[in-house]
Amino acid sequence: MTELPKTPTGISGLDEVTGGGLPRGRPTLVCGPAGCGKTLLAMEFLVRGITEFDEPGVFVAFEESADELIVNVVSLGFDLTQFAADGQLVIEHVNAVGAETEETGEWDLDGLFLRLGLAIDTVGAKRIVIDTIETLFGAFSNTTILRRELRRLFGWLKDRGITAVITGERGDGTLTRHGIEEYVSDCVIVLDHRVTEQASTRRLRVLKYRGSLHGTNEYPFLIGDRGVSVLPITSAGLDNSVSTERMSTGVVRLDAMLGDGGFFKGSAVLVNGTAGTGKSTLAAQFCDATCSRGGRAVYFAFEESEAEIVRNMSSVGIDLRQWVEAELLQFRCFRPSVLGFEAHLFAMQRFVNEFEPAAVVMDPVSDLLRIGTGADVFAMLTRQVDFLKARGVTTLFTSLNSDPDSAQANQQIASLVDTWLLVKTMEGNGELNRLLYVLKSRGTAHSNQIREFLLTGHGIELADVYVGPQGVLTGSARQAQEAQERSDGTARMEDLEQRRVNLERRRESVAAQTAALWRDFEDEADTVRRLLRHGSTGVEDRAGQRVEQGRLRRADADEPRYAADARDVDVGAE
Amino acid sequence: MTLTGGCASGIAEGDEVWHLRLYVAGQSPKSLRAFTNLTRLCEQYLAGRYEIEIIDLVEQPSRARSDDILAIPTLVRRLPEPLRKIIGDLSNAERVLVGLRL
Repeated sequence: MTELPKTPTGISGLDEVTGGGLPRGRPTLVCGPAGCGKTLLAMEFLVRGITEFDEPGVFVAFEESADELIVNVVSLGFDLTQFAADGQLVIEHVNAVGAETEETGEWDLDGLFLRLGLAIDTVGAKRIVIDTIETLFGAFSNTTILRRELRRLFGWLKDRGITAVITGERGDGTLTRHGIEEYVSDCVIVLDHRVTEQASTRRLRVLKYRGSLHGTNEYPFLIGDRGVSVLPITSAGLDNSVSTERMSTGVVRLDAMLGDGGFFKGSAVLVNGTAGTGKSTLAAQFCDATCSRGGRAVYFAFEESEAEIVRNMSSVGIDLRQWVEAELLQFRCFRPSVLGFEAHLFAMQRFVNEFEPAAVVMDPVSDLLRIGTGADVFAMLTRQVDFLKARGVTTLFTSLNSDPDSAQANQQIASLVDTWLLVKTMEGNGELNRLLYVLKSRGTAHSNQIREFLLTGHGIELADVYVGPQGVLTGSARQAQEAQERSDGTARMEDLEQRRVNLERRRESVAAQTAALWRDFEDEADTVRRLLRHGSTGVEDRAGQRVEQGRLRRADADEPRYAADARDVDVGAE
Repeated sequence: MTLTGGCASGIAEGDEVWHLRLYVAGQSPKSLRAFTNLTRLCEQYLAGRYEIEIIDLVEQPSRARSDDILAIPTLVRRLPEPLRKIIGDLSNAERVLVGLRL
């Protein structure tokens, strides 16, 4: 059993969704409402066939003339005139609704068949697009014959082994107005164009693919300036290679807080906080740090212009201009509402592919919520994160949190990111001070401290930590605490000095007492020595007497002895 | 292939000339039926003032494109103006007459 042969479309993403392309030699129905991009998708299928797979094609246009078609796709960079001149493309315009037509009796569409056959043979076409065949239902009143002829047409295309794309406009409750899906049943692709909260997103779904596995989800797609791009989330996948390399945040103490030198390379970082907490400054400092190491960075700004950001950051001592001039930093500033989601996503991805930055900042992603629902933003960011991770780009999203106490608002986004920094302002002592902490940081031994951070003349600095009974001390309270600690320190030093002096005095007094004791001791020692001298004469006298006594008692005392021995003898004798 | 109705001397002077063109694809039964039906009607209503041109698209497939023909057989009334098209084997005489505004 061989697998169903497929014809790659060459359309970005569509081949992934369909598992390799459209069924080879069979017709595929592409249907959807007006303006959903059917014709362009079909045209790109032909153009990619010519440019990438060397498969000539025929475009059968029932609605537009050849000239109109040529003009319509110039914006996508497709030069149909050239393809036609090179003998790779035939545009067959069929004007079905011409002169008034009467029908009597039996007829068939051999005229159309002959035309198609001629067109196919002219270029040796492997691909054909029929756009939009249902126009014929407006031209012929006998639909019974027409349906029979359409069925015959698709059979005929199959017999010729041509991969066909048939477009059809969505009907009321049916895929196509006249139900031609009944005849084209090998593969059905449904396009849609929905507007949710004023933001329009094109979506593509493979409804049916006989004999093949296919992605069943709705995939957003975009018609950009290089044709159609379908972006299946799954094609990005979760199989990125990971890095243990670190990227400095630009704030030395924050690097330390994250453990071992900053964010992981290729990770996604969310900086979340209320207005005016310094999110953009953190982002700018990260760019600054990246550029100063020679890496490239992109700053996607949705709120401020490049000039504003550069000026604002220079006020805190971050000179971004130098990096812009060195072509290491690029700004892309636009309001989210100028484009739909998918358009943004593709524009950003295309730019990232071209510029190959090491760091990307999106400031703030919460602005994207203005042009779509949370689920859409989440889906978009998921794809963005996957895309950037796959390229090893470190991404920093900032997100504005309207509720100062809640981390819930960004819960969904937060699950996407690897590192989540929370910045907030804290009111106290008539001041508003900034605090920063690491809410999560996957795979790092990060600090659990809440730190005050300061916008200084040379960027962001994290202040020393002073913890009071109310938690971390900030602003003037911290300064007061610093002063208090300084004065406490001074007092302690004085106390120690006093103790040292006291000790010294005590040493002196001890020395004096010791001297006095020594003097007493010496006196006594003298006395003892004196007494000992006299005492020793007495012993010798006593010994002499004992010898004399012994002699008198006729004891055997052969020899005179020493005084000490004499004493022993004495003891022994008793 | 062109058939001219009426006598060899051609079309009577002053009369409106009908120029009809019939597109066929080979010698299919439908095509033959259409031709038979057409000549019968012409003889009946346009004797002496009609011309039938037959175009076989199997022989000249490019004519299908240049003349914008989809269905076979197709009868085109070229003259008198305006152009009118009738498709089918022309088996319903009444509808053909309506279609040709005869």
